[in-house]
Amino acid sequence: MPEGTGIGASVKRKEDFRFLTGRGTYTDDINRPGQTYAYILRSPHAAADIVKIDTSKAAKAPGVVAILTGADYDKGGLPAGWQIHSKDGSPMIEPPHFPLCKDKVRHVGDQVALVVAETYAQARDAAELIDVTYKETTPVVSVADADKPGQPQVWPEAKNNVCYDWHIGDKAATDAAFAKAAHVTKIDLVNQRLIPNAMEPRAAVGDFDRATGEFTLYTTSQNPHVIRLLMGAFVLQIPESKLRVVAPDVGGGFGSKIFHYAEEALVTWAAGKVERPVKWTAERSESFLTDAHGRDHASHAELAMDKDGKFLGLRVATKANMGAYLSTFAPCVPTYLYATLLAGVYSTPAIYAEVKALFTNTAVVDAYRGAGRPEATYLLERLVEKAARETGIDRVEIRRKNFIPTNAFPYQTPVALQYDSGDYFATLDMALKMADWAGFEKRRADSKAKGKLRGIGISTYIEACGIAPSAVVGSLGARAGLYESGSIRVHPTGSVTVFTGTHSHGQGHETTFAQLVSEGLGIPIENVEVSHGDTNKIPFGMGTYGSRSLAVGGSALVKAMDKIIAKAKRIAAHLMEASVADIEFKDGKFTVVGTDKVKTIGEIALTAYVPHNYPITELEPGLEETAFYDPLNFTYPGGCHICEVEIDPDTGQTTILKFTAVDDIGRVINPMIVEGQVHGGVAQGIGQALLEAAAYDNESGQLLTGSYMDYAMPRADDVPNIAVANHVTLCTHNPLGAKGVGEVGAIGLPPAVINAVLDALRPVGVEDITMPATPYKVWSAMQSASKKAAE
Amino acid sequence: MHNFTYSRPASVADAVKALGAADARPISGGQTLLPTLRARLAEPSALVDLGGIAELKGIKAEAGGITIGAGTTHAEVAASADVKKTIPALAALAAGIGDRQVRNRGTIGGSLANNDPAADYPAAALGLGATIRTNKREIKADDFFKGMFETALGDGEIITAVHFPKPEKAGYAKFRQPASRFCLVGVLVAKTAGGVRVAVTGAGPGVYRSKELEAALGSSFSADAAKKTKVSSSGLNNDLHGSAEYRAALVSAMAAQAVGSAG
Repeated sequence: MPEGTGIGASVKRKEDFRFLTGRGTYTDDINRPGQTYAYILRSPHAAADIVKIDTSKAAKAPGVVAILTGADYDKGGLPAGWQIHSKDGSPMIEPPHFPLCKDKVRHVGDQVALVVAETYAQARDAAELIDVTYKETTPVVSVADADKPGQPQVWPEAKNNVCYDWHIGDKAATDAAFAKAAHVTKIDLVNQRLIPNAMEPRAAVGDFDRATGEFTLYTTSQNPHVIRLLMGAFVLQIPESKLRVVAPDVGGGFGSKIFHYAEEALVTWAAGKVERPVKWTAERSESFLTDAHGRDHASHAELAMDKDGKFLGLRVATKANMGAYLSTFAPCVPTYLYATLLAGVYSTPAIYAEVKALFTNTAVVDAYRGAGRPEATYLLERLVEKAARETGIDRVEIRRKNFIPTNAFPYQTPVALQYDSGDYFATLDMALKMADWAGFEKRRADSKAKGKLRGIGISTYIEACGIAPSAVVGSLGARAGLYESGSIRVHPTGSVTVFTGTHSHGQGHETTFAQLVSEGLGIPIENVEVSHGDTNKIPFGMGTYGSRSLAVGGSALVKAMDKIIAKAKRIAAHLMEASVADIEFKDGKFTVVGTDKVKTIGEIALTAYVPHNYPITELEPGLEETAFYDPLNFTYPGGCHICEVEIDPDTGQTTILKFTAVDDIGRVINPMIVEGQVHGGVAQGIGQALLEAAAYDNESGQLLTGSYMDYAMPRADDVPNIAVANHVTLCTHNPLGAKGVGEVGAIGLPPAVINAVLDALRPVGVEDITMPATPYKVWSAMQSASKKAAE
Repeated sequence: MHNFTYSRPASVADAVKALGAADARPISGGQTLLPTLRARLAEPSALVDLGGIAELKGIKAEAGGITIGAGTTHAEVAASADVKKTIPALAALAAGIGDRQVRNRGTIGGSLANNDPAADYPAAALGLGATIRTNKREIKADDFFKGMFETALGDGEIITAVHFPKPEKAGYAKFRQPASRFCLVGVLVAKTAGGVRVAVTGAGPGVYRSKELEAALGSSFSADAAKKTKVSSSGLNNDLHGSAEYRAALVSAMAAQAVGSAG
């Protein structure tokens, strides 16, 4: 590992001092003079008509400043940021999504009224006095049933609750592949709904300056510029020049803080109405009910193979739950972030996938760590595992046999993507060795001797990060560009402020980007500060999600540094009376080739701002550059995850004994941060595989897992020691060779765990299990299998 | 939470007087009551904090057993040399309640008076044949627990201490509900002069004694005997986290573990 602070060094995180000593500034820490507090009265019903809202008693309650309902709301609805077209060419159904319900409520937790008061307790007390008359109707809850005839309709314009019915791939070629198959493996899978559970609940403070007419929104966001664009242009009609959005320290997002939420618009709108700042902070139960949930797919898949186990074709039909409304990026998650990944790491020549997005009377579903790619990986890796068992081909061999050859890159899949680089054999071999795959059967026998069931499972995965280029995503329905911006301001005395359009909410950008710029400009890392999150400071950028920050935002910084160096070289050439072509830059020093003449970047910076001896007719003073980077392609991290479990047959408890993750994430800037990202993703993957599930009551639409009493989050003792390694193949199309690491754990892990659980349970006759494989489910599956065996 | 008045009396007598007010509630460690208030699920007019009453605190060896003041925290019980020496299973049980914060605030009296159907202490009291002492009387554990969140305590009656006789051997094992980590099933087994006692928490609507396991372990106090005992699932809880049948299976499995660890 390199020493020092440059690329490849495990520099301790600059931001940790303020986080670990409680000195971070989160949205709820922000208090504005004259601030009021908002409480949102939410629907107790999953589906109901609002017959009447009587606020007269509440309006007289102590401290009440304003009570606002759907009838008062005269602005726009929350927009969807991506438009999908159905098979027949028709655009998806986009129902209106007003921040306050007008005539109906469509899920438990829907916003019914906003109470603004002098204190939060007063707002909450007053809300209890609002008398809402509802006429309850029957909700539709399950995504598997939502499009069946006779189901209640969430929106009249969405017949059978279908938002869109989309497809990708070559149906005829896939049908032909199945026609000549020697064996077809079929599987039905549910990818369960998850609740993101960021440590910091969502919060928003709206502020209005009557003197200037300017609005400011402080919010828990992963992308403040996107919120400013969406809220300003589509919802509240405030020009960007009059709207500032600040996302200060944010305590975790995992996707759930990408989206533009009703509360952000409500506090900003209300601040304008009452001409005082309005603050709202979610209680944890509101987070459960109203943060955008993740996953929630029901799928059927079929894999056609020849007699040797070579994959010929793949067919997938998926129903994806959108919830009651379309959240910002919801439409693209089960399409371009899911179905395009169904080739996985395999050279399957023909693929056809159909995706039906359905409305239900549940909270909205949108991107959550991995977003579509965990669903694709889980489906594929469960299917391949089943295929291996059915054909009797070793599960490692069937993967090897079908891997995209290492010399086949760039590789065009049948589902739109072109992979630039990878070596799936290398990550597989490393993982098998680290996990001692060969020695497993002895360990299984040892467990058996103790009365325990041991299993090992594997997952070989690929994902796509840094979603781009803008022109391509635009043609696929994105309503925004997906480039990133970066500005580098070299100050007169040589320190640097880096402005990035990405946003750090746990990723450690203040450290990794400082490493990048420190090395690139030869400036000590302590003299490099990274600024992000305030639209008044940073250039327009798209924020952080989809593991894009380094690959896209880091590349923008590289481009900005190139501009800085190019300009600095011209200044250096002037000072040293040499030709620009003869100036070399290395480690912060400009030299004239073949001489001992040298100028440091500090000297150049001072000259740029104190241009006494300066080529002023050719060059502007100052040393500050901005670059926008629009990638040429996605990046494609991939790798191999292996999980070894032991199951107690008396209780059904699964214990993960060992977890091995070998990932190819491209260039690594800070190995410690990378390892931390893998650990976090693995913990969330374990959550999905073994613990977490958002359950709604099918009859009432009530959320049954509305608190930590019933929603099982992974705790420290649920997470085993993790063996992490990297095998790097560089991304070929961005200047850093970076691919992305934020989501690999959550993507690669769940099928490895479930394949291990099923491997352990196979000797007792269990063939299938759904996530999360809780002790209760494992025990029940064992009971059913033994009953079946007895029959 | 809603507004309430707060008092912190220094004696049981003053506490009883304060609890005479309409809708007054006693609060000890507050580990159940405070979250309930925060969620606005209860609206007492007054909270009477029992934390300032010295006579409710402390652990002492008594009559060969252990007497624990009602205001003693779980952490104090878990760390007590007397408890560890006399009834190690009780110290281990206390050490496994909730998390560190809960153990540093929650009290034995509060837990027993609350009688949460998934709490640990009711299993200890019932399984070990404890006597619950109040400001008015002594109540045998067998007569104290009356089903979910219900006890024999009357109005103005405050638990002052709990006496645990020393068993020959006792063990406790629990299987945690994955989300809350309360007991999905907890079983305390005790071999006492009066026979084997087996108390089960978490599985049913309230703590209860398992006659099936008591009979089986009475014949052979062994993990194997417990494991082989088929426990009826009739009347057991059935929810998101486990069917009645699963809970019944866990009762046998936890009883076996408890016997295995008994000391």
